[in-house]
Amino acid sequence: MSPKSVLLWTMQAAVFWLVLFVPQLVVYLLVRNPPTWEFVLLVATGVVGLVHTAVEPSWRYRVHRWETTPDAVYTLSGWLNQEWRVAPVSRIQTIDTKRGPFQQLLGLSTVTVTTASAAGPVEIEGLEHETAQRLVVELTNTTQATPGDAT
Amino acid sequence: MSLPSEVPAGLPAAPEFTEPLQEWHRLHVRMLVVRPLNEGIAMLVPILVLLFTGNGEKWRLIASGVTVAAILSFSYLIWRTTKYRITDDQVELHTGLLTRKQLAVPRDRIRTVDLTSKPGHRIFGLSAVRIGTGQQDVPGTDGLTLDAVTQQEAERLRLLLLQKGVAPRPASLDEPGAEPVPLPESEVISQLDLKWLKFAPLSLSGLVAIGALFGVLSNYADDLGLHPVQDLWEWLFENPSFALFAGFLVVLAVVGLVLSIPLYILQFWNYRLTREPDGTLRVQRGLLTTRSVSVEEQRLRGVDIQEPLLVRAGKGAKLAAVTTGLGSKGESNLLLPPAPLSVAHQVSRDVLKVGNDPTTLRLRKHPFAALRRSVFRHVVPWVVIAVGLAVWAPSWAWPIPAAVIPLAALVGWDNYRSLGNAMDERYLVTRNNSLVRSTVALQRTGIIGWRIQRSFFQRRSGLMTIGATTAAGAGIYHVTDVGESHGLALADEAVPDLLRPFLVESDVDGQAERNV
Repeated sequence: MSPKSVLLWTMQAAVFWLVLFVPQLVVYLLVRNPPTWEFVLLVATGVVGLVHTAVEPSWRYRVHRWETTPDAVYTLSGWLNQEWRVAPVSRIQTIDTKRGPFQQLLGLSTVTVTTASAAGPVEIEGLEHETAQRLVVELTNTTQATPGDAT
Repeated sequence: MSLPSEVPAGLPAAPEFTEPLQEWHRLHVRMLVVRPLNEGIAMLVPILVLLFTGNGEKWRLIASGVTVAAILSFSYLIWRTTKYRITDDQVELHTGLLTRKQLAVPRDRIRTVDLTSKPGHRIFGLSAVRIGTGQQDVPGTDGLTLDAVTQQEAERLRLLLLQKGVAPRPASLDEPGAEPVPLPESEVISQLDLKWLKFAPLSLSGLVAIGALFGVLSNYADDLGLHPVQDLWEWLFENPSFALFAGFLVVLAVVGLVLSIPLYILQFWNYRLTREPDGTLRVQRGLLTTRSVSVEEQRLRGVDIQEPLLVRAGKGAKLAAVTTGLGSKGESNLLLPPAPLSVAHQVSRDVLKVGNDPTTLRLRKHPFAALRRSVFRHVVPWVVIAVGLAVWAPSWAWPIPAAVIPLAALVGWDNYRSLGNAMDERYLVTRNNSLVRSTVALQRTGIIGWRIQRSFFQRRSGLMTIGATTAAGAGIYHVTDVGESHGLALADEAVPDLLRPFLVESDVDGQAERNV
């Protein structure tokens, strides 16, 4: 996993909290005699947002893992709540690559591996472009070599 | 009724007279009448209201006339623009007026065929055919549905589409469709026993029906500008009365009980579960709306024994199939209506063709910490509601959720009691939930991945929730709040070699996190 992911998650978290924080701030500044609860909410949003933005990305980075073997794709993700996902290569249906705006900025990609189950996509976040490309090619080759309809 | 049975000139001939399978077919002409009948019943009330509320003013007559005409011409357009054909490799359906849709399903991917005849269909001898593939159902889409063809054609399609790997197909293609297909013998696994009716009231279906009816009625009321619910609420807020509330509950319960029996009969009359010679399981049921659902046996990934709380108290259960290609609508995966538990186990054994029903295996209990989590999860929402009401609502409101708290704790405890897992040579068994307890036996070869969740609190108590993902049924089946080492061992054993390469490392990771 690229160390740049920390930056990515920091940006994402920052944007999320700014979207919550800024409108509140505007309202607070524009309204005459704002009620106390508005101030409390504003400060709470700010504090929680700051702590979350500061802590979550590096925590997440320490948790996240991914690995592929000739037989399976494996990820560990999350921070407070963590989740492992395993999908056997023989059951892979599609392999997608996706880049959000921030990811493009940082040169990162997400590789999504889906199986026939609606519940089982395995997402590998925060890969360098080249790593992602290599991974996709590698997985595609192994998948094609496997017979059957993978259900 | 005899009128539309003639095929108008200029249209492709009826299937009987052509080399049938390569030609494009239309849905049956009678659909012109049936579609408005099935779908237009909902429109009938506004039309009648429109007609009879005034003093027969002219615009009302015209408005209703226009509505009827619009419905009819719409159904004509649908009929006109829809055609299907069955080639050697695939089933194709072209449909849509403004947005043309062309659906094609490869025949060797067809897993299920679902024939449904609503009352409107049945009057005219028609049936809707829904063809399911291995793809998981996307909510809101209908898959490939032919609505509708004649019942003979539907029956022929069912036999044709599910027949594969049995014989070279052309043999059946050459068969003139007019000849009634010789009905091969099928083995009956289970059929309706009127004694099962005692489970009808227990399944609370009556209450659900009241709910649905209420929804429809209040919708109409809304259209007419009445707001009975709101008025009732307001009135209740002004005159809170315990007796009234209790009376309401009693009436609801009684009506629910009375309604549930005809409902059970409506849904499950003529219920038969059979194993067909072409390797499918077939469920037929229904009094007014008849259904026949055929599932390719090879695609059956397991069974799900569902025991709603009261049905469970009466030692009953219903059985559902865990399989690919069934829509989520209208319990199409049902194998057995509410019936005695012993019957459910027996049917499950016969369906899975095993000596012992895997769902009767002794289940391993989950750790004590799971009880704490279960009770906590069930009680907290009610505490939040009670506190919220205490702060913001009139003072009589908060005791109601507060009174529910002990019940919620009981449900939490019962939920913990249902948790369990087991495994035999072929099946992974897991049990969950209290209000509708569900015991799923999932074929171990049908598991196509794992999702193992550990929330913050679970990690503190050394628990994890293991989800086995599969192409069938719900897509994922959970073993909830199982002890970490046992859970991993279970997953590793269920699908050998999948988890093993990662296990050591995962454990190390787990350790590392705990040390952080």
